[in-house]
Amino acid sequence: MTDTHYDRAPGDASALPDVEQGTSSGLLVYTIGLVLAVVLTAMSFWVANTSLLWAGGVSLGLTVLAIAQMGIHLVFFLHVTTGPDNTNNVMALAFGVLIVALVVVGSLLIMADLNDNMMPAAELMNLQMQH
Amino acid sequence: MNIAAAVDDEVRHEARPSASEAGPATKRIVVGYGFWVFLLSDIVMFSAIFAAYAVLTHSTAGGPGGVQLFNQRSVAIETGCLLASSYTCGLMSLAIGSRRYAVTYLAALITFVLGAAFLVLEVREFAGMIAIGPGRNAARSSLPSLRLSAATDLHVTAGLVWLAVMMAQVAIKGFRETVERRLLCFSLFWHALDIVWVWLFTVVYLMGVLS
Repeated sequence: MTDTHYDRAPGDASALPDVEQGTSSGLLVYTIGLVLAVVLTAMSFWVANTSLLWAGGVSLGLTVLAIAQMGIHLVFFLHVTTGPDNTNNVMALAFGVLIVALVVVGSLLIMADLNDNMMPAAELMNLQMQH
Repeated sequence: MNIAAAVDDEVRHEARPSASEAGPATKRIVVGYGFWVFLLSDIVMFSAIFAAYAVLTHSTAGGPGGVQLFNQRSVAIETGCLLASSYTCGLMSLAIGSRRYAVTYLAALITFVLGAAFLVLEVREFAGMIAIGPGRNAARSSLPSLRLSAATDLHVTAGLVWLAVMMAQVAIKGFRETVERRLLCFSLFWHALDIVWVWLFTVVYLMGVLS
């Protein structure tokens, strides 16, 4: 009986036979992750400071870069993969992402809606003057 | 075609019998999974603080906004520190896997120093924020981002203490199974913290400067 029967612990590299094991390949994985993360970080600092890009698209670009970097961290540092021994970890992650999206997007939507329905300050002043 | 599918199914079953046939998973898997779920709930907590920040960020009541308060160079250095420490933490887990004490201590030391450098820079930044804008308005305008950063700093501090304790345990107990499981949890924690920081520096520091 080997450990391949179970999902592996998050953070552990794959124990499946078709995946190369050993320190050197592990080192390679972390180093690739580091290089990609550094490139993405440098890009997002550049995007935030450059005047070459259309200003309206900058925040969207930053979001894309951040999500890409979080994906890099998950895959190369936390070893979360789509492999069959990782289903539970990915399902837990998916649920976490769902809750995070609900909390953040929900709060922003509700508050933006309330803001729109608020009376502008000047109009409010007018009302008070009439009484 | 049906037969092929059936055979394929059979082979797969032979390779990976169901959990009920194989019995309970090892403790390392259970502990790692439990800690993973805890980390996800921690990230949900961060997202609540983050939502509060995103809602309140433009209501500065005339106080200084993000542009005046944030220093991008120090943010870049902080990001570099945390990223490098995440990398050395990964190297530490490799060294633990191959039972090499010296490399483990060295990687842990570098991780600790980089994490401490991150903390020092953050505290210096807070001191600078307070110095720039005294008074009620300044406090109000920087409070949401302060709270987010403070939550991260608390996590980093806890991580540093944890790392020191773990190194003492490695020195005294050696690479026992219990110690290894704790080290697994630590490396998960440290990597997850870095993910939270990626989110935080993008939205608070980079996008905050944009508007």
